[in-house]
Amino acid sequence: MNFDLPDELLLMQTSVREFAQREIATVAPELDRNPRFPWETLRKMGELGLLGVLTPERYGGAGLDTLSYVVLLEEISAADASHGTIMAVTNGLPQAMLLEYGSDEQMQRYLPRLASGEWVGSFCLSEPHCGSDAVAMRTRAERTESGYRLDGTKAWITSGGEAQLYLVMAKTDPKGGARGVSCFLVEKDTPGMEFGRPEEKLGQHAATTTSVTFDGCEVPREARLGPEGQGFILAMASLDGGRIGIAAQAVGIARAALHAARDYAAERQAFGQAIREFQGVQFKLADMATRLEAARLLTLQAAWLKDRGYRVTREASMAKLFASESANFVTNAAIQIFGGYGYSRDYPVERYFRDARVTEIYEGTSEIQRMVIGRQLYREKGR
Amino acid sequence: MIDFSLGDEQKQIQSLARQFAREVIAPRAAHFDREESFPREIVERAAELGLLNVGAPVETGGLGLSMLDEVVIGEELAWGCMGIYSILMASELGITPIVLGGSSEQQERFLRPLVERGGLAAFALSEPDNGSDAAAMKTRAVFGGDEVVLNGSKMWITNGGIADVTVVFASFDPEARHRGVAAVVVEKGVEGLSFQKIHGKLGQRAAHTAELVFDNVRVPRGNVLGEPGDGFRIAMRTLDRTRIPVAAGSVGVARRALDEAASYARERHAFGQPIVDFQAIQFKLADMKIGLETARWQTYYAAWLVDSGMPHTEASAIAKCYASDVAFAAANEALHVHGGYGYVDEFPVAKLLRDVKLNQIYEGTNEIQRVVIARGLRK
Repeated sequence: MNFDLPDELLLMQTSVREFAQREIATVAPELDRNPRFPWETLRKMGELGLLGVLTPERYGGAGLDTLSYVVLLEEISAADASHGTIMAVTNGLPQAMLLEYGSDEQMQRYLPRLASGEWVGSFCLSEPHCGSDAVAMRTRAERTESGYRLDGTKAWITSGGEAQLYLVMAKTDPKGGARGVSCFLVEKDTPGMEFGRPEEKLGQHAATTTSVTFDGCEVPREARLGPEGQGFILAMASLDGGRIGIAAQAVGIARAALHAARDYAAERQAFGQAIREFQGVQFKLADMATRLEAARLLTLQAAWLKDRGYRVTREASMAKLFASESANFVTNAAIQIFGGYGYSRDYPVERYFRDARVTEIYEGTSEIQRMVIGRQLYREKGR
Repeated sequence: MIDFSLGDEQKQIQSLARQFAREVIAPRAAHFDREESFPREIVERAAELGLLNVGAPVETGGLGLSMLDEVVIGEELAWGCMGIYSILMASELGITPIVLGGSSEQQERFLRPLVERGGLAAFALSEPDNGSDAAAMKTRAVFGGDEVVLNGSKMWITNGGIADVTVVFASFDPEARHRGVAAVVVEKGVEGLSFQKIHGKLGQRAAHTAELVFDNVRVPRGNVLGEPGDGFRIAMRTLDRTRIPVAAGSVGVARRALDEAASYARERHAFGQPIVDFQAIQFKLADMKIGLETARWQTYYAAWLVDSGMPHTEASAIAKCYASDVAFAAANEALHVHGGYGYVDEFPVAKLLRDVKLNQIYEGTNEIQRVVIARGLRK
């Protein structure tokens, strides 16, 4: 057993923390108030390799492991959750899936652009009426002479309208259930593709979310990622990695809230002393810190196992479930410690609270994580 | 003898308030939340219907409704919008010190015009650096001749600056701590009183919240409620009561959350069936229902103690703390049942969560309620 992070990773963590606090945390309140996709700061993240952490250097990425990825994602998310989401999606889904299942041509075409941050990638699975229930999916991909024609609507698409590459799940065989779904790489300006208005969300305002509609959208045969009928299975396998990313993001948000509450409790006076002297406040801070640490350890463990080639379906779901619930607990408790000030925009904790809420919803709700964990308990009796 | 039924008149005002919430408040709630603007027409309409300042005594031209009446109304209005209800609730909070601590001359002078005009009242206790710790108060009252001069600032004041009548708590003798606090009525438009609206609240954005600044504000000596040293006691007696309408508002939010969650769960399908058929969703709804019913009964009980003239400090603290915790959990679960749709403004549930967070904070945080409850257990 060794819980030390490698020296190189500690150095990277320090420099990314400084970068994130200097460049991102400072613009986060303004992006929350006047939402726009943060291309300027994303370009800087791209220069540091943060938008292609897992992609090998030969494709222009940083070529790091999952452990490094989650440590750095925590830093970005502690500065601003929206940047964390964009980073998690483009790294954890399009690039991870291209690396795992892409042809040489697909990798050469897309990975360098994504890894450098010139392009941002997006992932289109949910639809207005269905999320994790892929059998109910209605988006169709019908074969044409040269490829496929896509028809249907995808919902809740992170970076919708801003991203240049979309991984789209669509049914090639409507009767095939989960095995009737294939995955397609669709570029932004493809005719027949339209984006809805940005959703007005509770939080994460800078991570633009839209619907994406395909109306007779033609893509070539080479746009299919992996074998026909395997799309949903590939997507589910990739979500293991994606969920570790959301866990790291939740840990980052929770950390920011804990630190803000810790500092405020030392300053604010009531009944003749700093409120940190009251056991009611101490115990709250202690519970916040305990959940944060436990969430981080589950996240690091899932990443560490993944780097060693284990299948981490259960561990990723556990990390995502626990970290997102902890982030909601911690950010809510932080508002409470701030009292009236926590409810106002003068302090960042109300934003942390709004931002954290969706970590329990996207990439599979907490309920879906519990279903996965419950199922894996029987599939992996040996572990 | 125990009787859990509402009287016929209570059922009538309940149905009046319910209709008002459904037809007038709820359809406009999202608009005022988004614009962060004051719903003047709705407040005027509420005044016309007799839903504003309901606790003003009959002798001053008011309806003199009981606390139980007030919580029955409060639940309904908060179902429509917690932020809009807070405007009316804060006005009841503002008149309560005058009802409890004012002479009949003062009640006549301040409450009758308020009732006749449908004006708002406000209650100014918290300051930028202190809330429930009222003995640390920095706002100063200097008595001289027939005047009192006020200096300082008050924070988080609902209706602050737009209220016709504001009860301000200020210290005239800091050494005497809470015994040196006076309750002073300040009328709108007096020289030296200014306010700054607080923008960007997490929720309850229809409610106008402000910081009040007193710069040599002079008011007649006759505006002091009771004796000069009675202020703190008047404030505490007021809050012992007015925490109950906060509990009622929380019950209203919890009921709205359950209504929204149950109706969505019946419509939304996943894995071939409405999600309400999944036990995981059923258990969430059942827990919301358990919280709603128990919070409502505790709220009614505390109101009944007030109306019966019995001690109610502990019961009102329990009601406020419990009902707001229940409502927060219900709003959070309702959002969750909606999944991604719960996270966007198109559906009302995200607003429920943003709004109800404040119920755990204002009129004494839930931590302060626990301090109050535990105090009785240490004796």
